[in-house]
Amino acid sequence: MTALPQSTKTKLGLVIDLDTCVGCQACATSCKEWNTGGYSAPLSDMDPYGKDPHGAWLNRIHGYEVGNGETSRTVHFPRSCLHCETPACVTVCPTGASYKRAEDGIVLVNPDTCIGCKLCSWACAYGAREYDYADGVMKKCTLCVDRIYNEHLPEEDRVPACVRACPTGARHFGDLGDATSDVSKLVAERGGYDLLPEMGFKPVNKYLPPRPKRDGSTAAQPAPSQPVAIADPTSALERVFAWADRTLSR
Amino acid sequence: MREAHVATSVSPADEIKKTTCYMCACRCGIQVHLKDGQVRYIDGNRDHPVNKGVICGKGAAGIMQHTAPSRLRAPLLRVGERGSGQFKEISWDEALKTATDWMAEVRARDPKRFALYTGRDQSQSLTGWWAMQFGTPNFAAHGGFCSVNMAAGGLYTFGGSFWEFGEPDWEHTKYFMLFGVAEDHGSNPIKIGLGKLKKRGAKVVSINPIRTGYNAIADEWIGVKPGTDGLFVGALIHELFRTEQIDLDYLVRYTNAAHLVIQDTGAKDDGLFARNAEGKILSWDRTSNALADAMRTDISPALVGEFTLHDGRKAVPAFRLMAERYLSSEYAPETVAKEVGTTAETIRRIAAEMAHVAFKETVTLDIPWTDWAGRRHEKIVGRPVAMHAMRGISAHSNGFHTCRLIHVLQILLGTIDVPGGFRYKAPFPKHAPPGNKPAGKHEQIKPNTPLPGMHLGFVHGPEDLLVDTDGRPSRLDKAYSWDAPIAAHGLMHMAITNAGLGDPYPIDVMFLYMANMAWNSSMNIAATLDYLTAKNPDGTYKIGKIIYSDAYSSEMVAYADLILPDTTYLERYDCISLLDRPISEPNGPADAIRYPVVKPDRNVRGFQDVLIDLGSRLNLPGFTNADGTARYPGGYPDYIVNHERSPGIGPLAGWRGKDGDTFGMGEVNPKQLDRYIENGAFHLHHLKPDQRYYKHANKGYLEFAKSVGFVGNTEPIIFQLYSETLQKFRLAARGHGAIQPPDSHRQRIERFFDPLPYWYAPFEGTMIDQAAFPMHAITQRPMAMYHSWGSQNAWLRQIHAANRLYMSRERGAALGIVDDDWVWITSHIGRVKCQVKLMDGVNRDTVWTWNAIGKRSGAWALDKDAPEAAQGFLLNHLIAELLPPREGGYRYSNSDPVTGQAAWYDLRVRVEKASAAEQGETSPRYEAITSPVPAPTSAVSNFGRSFNKERT
Repeated sequence: MTALPQSTKTKLGLVIDLDTCVGCQACATSCKEWNTGGYSAPLSDMDPYGKDPHGAWLNRIHGYEVGNGETSRTVHFPRSCLHCETPACVTVCPTGASYKRAEDGIVLVNPDTCIGCKLCSWACAYGAREYDYADGVMKKCTLCVDRIYNEHLPEEDRVPACVRACPTGARHFGDLGDATSDVSKLVAERGGYDLLPEMGFKPVNKYLPPRPKRDGSTAAQPAPSQPVAIADPTSALERVFAWADRTLSR
Repeated sequence: MREAHVATSVSPADEIKKTTCYMCACRCGIQVHLKDGQVRYIDGNRDHPVNKGVICGKGAAGIMQHTAPSRLRAPLLRVGERGSGQFKEISWDEALKTATDWMAEVRARDPKRFALYTGRDQSQSLTGWWAMQFGTPNFAAHGGFCSVNMAAGGLYTFGGSFWEFGEPDWEHTKYFMLFGVAEDHGSNPIKIGLGKLKKRGAKVVSINPIRTGYNAIADEWIGVKPGTDGLFVGALIHELFRTEQIDLDYLVRYTNAAHLVIQDTGAKDDGLFARNAEGKILSWDRTSNALADAMRTDISPALVGEFTLHDGRKAVPAFRLMAERYLSSEYAPETVAKEVGTTAETIRRIAAEMAHVAFKETVTLDIPWTDWAGRRHEKIVGRPVAMHAMRGISAHSNGFHTCRLIHVLQILLGTIDVPGGFRYKAPFPKHAPPGNKPAGKHEQIKPNTPLPGMHLGFVHGPEDLLVDTDGRPSRLDKAYSWDAPIAAHGLMHMAITNAGLGDPYPIDVMFLYMANMAWNSSMNIAATLDYLTAKNPDGTYKIGKIIYSDAYSSEMVAYADLILPDTTYLERYDCISLLDRPISEPNGPADAIRYPVVKPDRNVRGFQDVLIDLGSRLNLPGFTNADGTARYPGGYPDYIVNHERSPGIGPLAGWRGKDGDTFGMGEVNPKQLDRYIENGAFHLHHLKPDQRYYKHANKGYLEFAKSVGFVGNTEPIIFQLYSETLQKFRLAARGHGAIQPPDSHRQRIERFFDPLPYWYAPFEGTMIDQAAFPMHAITQRPMAMYHSWGSQNAWLRQIHAANRLYMSRERGAALGIVDDDWVWITSHIGRVKCQVKLMDGVNRDTVWTWNAIGKRSGAWALDKDAPEAAQGFLLNHLIAELLPPREGGYRYSNSDPVTGQAAWYDLRVRVEKASAAEQGETSPRYEAITSPVPAPTSAVSNFGRSFNKERT
């Protein structure tokens, strides 16, 4: 069993805006593309051109509907490791391969000591771990640990690949342990929330909820200033003619 | 416990090369990270005007596109029957000689019996010019089944168009309306824009039968029935008239609303604009109470009333005709709500919200500008309502008029090219309609002789049609004939059908590029395959020879006689030209290149290199020097730099001139490509702040546009609310003029060439038994696969390997259908079996699916039982390419009657549960085709392992 650090210097994580995510998969393939050649390399694909193509992805996007009928809405939900403060996936690890970094709180798997027992994936309530069937070890979101400190990248690119890619700007990266950081302020402003808080894992990543709809059910009704139906089209036409019969300058 | 060492600062690249993506038609800037001679990673170029650094789901899967096993490996010559997939590899010399022999013979005999159709071509200014030099009238790309309703609807109305020709002012818009499926066009730019609107809290309204993708994040979703958008917009226009919320000042300055329309039933100029002796259009000046040149700036033009012309006849302002049309009860919210699938209340509320934002929340920029007449304005004022529309409008037989209705709505609110509205992207605006006419009249087609002009232009009246004295089309696809007079993109979707039927004439050599016409790019696949393989009594094929160029082993490959294998997008030169489909942004014109960032590992050549080579082998004038030598011996890059379309204007506008210091017009710069490569493979010219809005009437902009050849003169661009061009066709149908439609077509032209846009029901629903086919069926492309060749992509196919038919829960319950049930979808021409998924966010009269997921067994180097083939399906099998016979048995194409746009969203179906014995597999399943490149046998891909030195 593996111990957790007493505390971490920072709590790096993602803030994902469900109000803005269109489910385009840019974050998923950017993640796959970076990480299949990075710290977690490879993210193997089984039967890639065959009957049952499946592989290791560190970030997957789910689209589903919530609510019923009139109140129903479509939500796109990106799912990856939440880098919990008290992650069971770490504490169940028999070899110490799964660990939480004291420096920044990132939860990582050391592929050299992972024995592929899959206990961690059973322990994770969020389904965020991915077993690599070809490589025989567990893979997971590294928060692009090999990007965010990478001195070979321009400073503005030292963010996870998913954040760098996101076309709608629905993904944000920063220190959620610092109340003054942009991500913490965003969470405060928008009512960012934890997934399954009752489980007690204290996820670092936060989700911003979809904003309320502004449709017929919520919109302020403009006062009908004129009769609603045109009882007599001719008179309506005459009214418009009278209105438009004015001096206009070119 | 000590933490393991983590290498946090490994260099991801030995070299980063910036080029242009080609995973779809957005053409984003990308950075290709190369390591150990391989592509390690691709991300977005932050400096690029299109994507500003972001990348999409496809673009980030580019590595798998570049390395796909389905890549063709060498030129191929068919050895078995057409469709058998039996080929032998041949040398490029043999391939080019074979192609040249076939084409040279036709060119010397009758060049129209050669056709070049180029699918998802991003080099139409080259391919079109090549076909022009060849002398065939038969050239088009895929616009006829994609977006010609949008292009023509916009260009004939305000000289711009949605998507490539303009975009919402994302910085200032406060109210955004999104019509029809849009996820499959303007991918990253729209996503970036939606992100900005969300951040600012602007309201987003989606009008779409389906609530997925962009529509899912809209503040309000209006789930209309397919094909009724025009009715919805007509009702919004009705409301603006009824509530007197129209920008009348904008109308008299920038539109033809105040132009006088002759009212003289039966006369040859009835419905045309009244003109004075000098040919100037007239308005009525309220100040002098007299007729006056409508363009004079010192008049106060009347918008209503009836006036007497000098010859005693009556005329009324176009605005008056509009008021009469749109105020009629036909467009009242109460009348249309049920047909549209919404409520009258909703329509009235949306109209009120739009009008409120337009008139009460104006945006003002403190930038002085000068209008076309030389008048200085201290500020730029805008009405911040913006709109975007795409496929869901385009792919209906009423799409042209529906698109025009949306533009009329924008114009009545005063929102074109203003802050917060819809902004042009250079080289647009053009004068409406643009001045270039289509070439390819019968008398212009001569052996071994180029056409006098380019193919895809804009007709201004019946005299510009490409028909003979009996009204017969000169083009294979019948573009610019009475069947489709304003077919500004051609009708690629009819090329194979018409060639197979020999209607209007047979084709001896058909050359296709990058278009999967034997599968997901054709309507009615079974018939298309019959046409591709049909033989004459003497055993020869009806379509004599088929040459095909593609990078991948698509379904089309098996149906060609000669295959010219193309490169991937990372191995090639390309030119994204302002002469073609622009990538400009509203603040300035932009163009771009691709250049080879890796070398091909196969015996393949870029299509454009091959085309240029063939051009000189055929001695086409534009490709051959006077001494018979090749004009562009260096291939495509040589052409890109050295070709001049007119003096000083070439494929690329940036860094022209000997020293590379001029933009737009200037002599050839031998170092031009180097400058593009240094700059990230693109060039962006920044317009001055006072040139950026009101471009249609902005002196500074128009003078700039003329100086670089975007427009021919600096006259203001007048919005054609009332289209005189359409009325000219109508007059021809009424028996006026030298060029008239055949009697069989008169009624159709009379009806659909209405000078004011209107709504009519899409054709298919009116021609079949609606009780037997009660549902609408449409498709959309998933964002991760839009416009791409995604099925062979190992990553993308893990996201979408098979598709379902989506249906509303309510409808499912009524039909006794639950999730995962297998059903038959039946149309008037066929049926398809597939699996269902129920949802709430879909109009209850509509079913839909993801398009182009279904593949034919054996294609794309996939396993024969891949989910794409076994469970994936296409609606194409259900969509007729021809409408049912009418008017004496003649069958029109299933297309918009004005533009010829393929009407594949008109489809009507019924859905029934399949029997217990029919579960598990889609139908129809065609016999597997033999692919010249085999499916890989490896069960694992561990791409990327070699980049991780820590573990290898």
